[in-house]
Amino acid sequence: MIKTDVLVVGAGPVGLFVVHQLGIIGLKAEVVDNLDKIGGQCIELYPDKPIYDIPALPVCTGESLTNSLLEQIKPFKPNFHLNERVQEVTQDNNDWKIVTSKNKVFIAPNIIIAGGVGSFEPRKFGIENAEKFENESIFYSVKNKNDFKNKKVCIFGGGDSALDWAIELSKFSKVVLVHRRNEFRGAEHSAEIAKKLEKEGKLKIKTPYQLNSIEGEKKINAITIKNEIGEIEKIETDYVLGFFGLIMKLGPIAEWGLNLEKKTIPVNTKDFQTNKKGIFAIGDICTYPGKLKLILSGFHEGALAARGCFKIARPNETYRFEYTTTSKTVQERLGVKESD
Amino acid sequence: MPKITYIEHNGKEHQVEVPNGFSVMEGAVQNNIPGIDADCGGACACATCHVYVDEKWFDKLPKKDISEEDMLDTAFEPNKSSRLTCQITVTDELNGLVVKMPSKQG
Ligand SMILES: Cc1cc2nc3c(=O)[nH]c(=O)nc-3n(C[C@H](O)[C@H](O)[C@H](O)COP(=O)(O)OP(=O)(O)OC[C@H]3O[C@@H](n4cnc5c(N)ncnc54)[C@H](O)[C@@H]3O)c2cc1C
Ligand code: FES
Repeated sequence: MIKTDVLVVGAGPVGLFVVHQLGIIGLKAEVVDNLDKIGGQCIELYPDKPIYDIPALPVCTGESLTNSLLEQIKPFKPNFHLNERVQEVTQDNNDWKIVTSKNKVFIAPNIIIAGGVGSFEPRKFGIENAEKFENESIFYSVKNKNDFKNKKVCIFGGGDSALDWAIELSKFSKVVLVHRRNEFRGAEHSAEIAKKLEKEGKLKIKTPYQLNSIEGEKKINAITIKNEIGEIEKIETDYVLGFFGLIMKLGPIAEWGLNLEKKTIPVNTKDFQTNKKGIFAIGDICTYPGKLKLILSGFHEGALAARGCFKIARPNETYRFEYTTTSKTVQERLGVKESD
Repeated sequence: MPKITYIEHNGKEHQVEVPNGFSVMEGAVQNNIPGIDADCGGACACATCHVYVDEKWFDKLPKKDISEEDMLDTAFEPNKSSRLTCQITVTDELNGLVVKMPSKQG
């Protein structure tokens, strides 16, 4: 069990900056994100694209913004818990008890939800009975490639993950790579390797095909795939892997008793608290009259939410407004001034 | 103003006027038409504004660019009449356009 002042849900730009705002007023934060990396949409959806509206930064990229934010919050040594979804939130006396998908437990008087449009989850097959085979015969990520050794594996998708795993697994498994069109969007180099392996008979490529049906009881025995003109082909296989990128799903956040408006959480604009005391929402996930889904708005929201957390985490102390330029206390926290 | 018809997966039709220059996605979102999520706000980064375009209209639309075609790989059950509505700009030529929503966006 980990005790902290504030549990931050989401390591997007807004979740990162709020760690700074909490840090300078002396509050400690732990950050949980379902992604395997830090940076939210900026890193998952547009790491190389330019951003032109971060105040005082004429231009940066999704990746460079994330790196700068990480640099800025370094003095506060936040702990990141990646690859973990915040699953349950329940009242625990005056605190909140937070449980993650890896059963890690946090106790904190405050939660700041900076969950964006939801947690990034793999996109799945649409076929009705696909869910039944999930984690048995159907996978959306590879944890241990040896699980697929000497097996028949069908890989769906046209991006880097699909190509890379098709190439890798073809070394010791019978692999069929299936994609909805003839062009692959993954790295050209990988697509060339895959095509070369196909010529050498080490890999089968089926395009333009999509999954049509799944056969089997507990485990899959075979699948059929279908092309645009309706031709159907049967493939015997042990495993099916799908790599269709990620989608943002609100997921468990909807079950914490918070008011919701479409897929967002209404907050008051005084301290960005939700309908539950001690639970705040900032960034893309919050809504209020005039809300703009911009990074700069999220930064402001975080500054106010952090002060809201202070009142709850330090009920016997009085919050003091201080500038980073002139406050000795703040500068000590930032590690830029030696304490006497 | 061009009229666009959005048909939900359950068959419910919504005909609305969408100003020139707006995207077909914005036309749906601003009129609160369900079935188009547009999680990324029109940045061609989420594929949750996916629709099927009536055959007779498909060829009249400006062609897909590579980024849209790439993004469609990740859409829910794409087929050859699939488009991302955030990538279609409304013009007078699109007056009468009909788009159909998939059963879900992801
Ligand atoms: C292509 C593109 C271009 C953009 N350009 C700009 C721009 O120029 N300027 C601008 O200001 N904005 C821009 N935006 C919008 C901007 O990226 C978002 O406003 C911003 O990322 C929101 O930050 P956030 O921290 O609130 O959420 P996100 O960045 O969405 O991060 C939320 C994180 O929370 C995690 N999460 C959610 N639920 C859970 C849970 N239950 N457990 C664990 N983790 C969870 C998610 O996995 C995710 O990593 C752009 C967006 C896109 C897609
Ligand atoms: S709105 Fe995200 S791709 Fe169109």
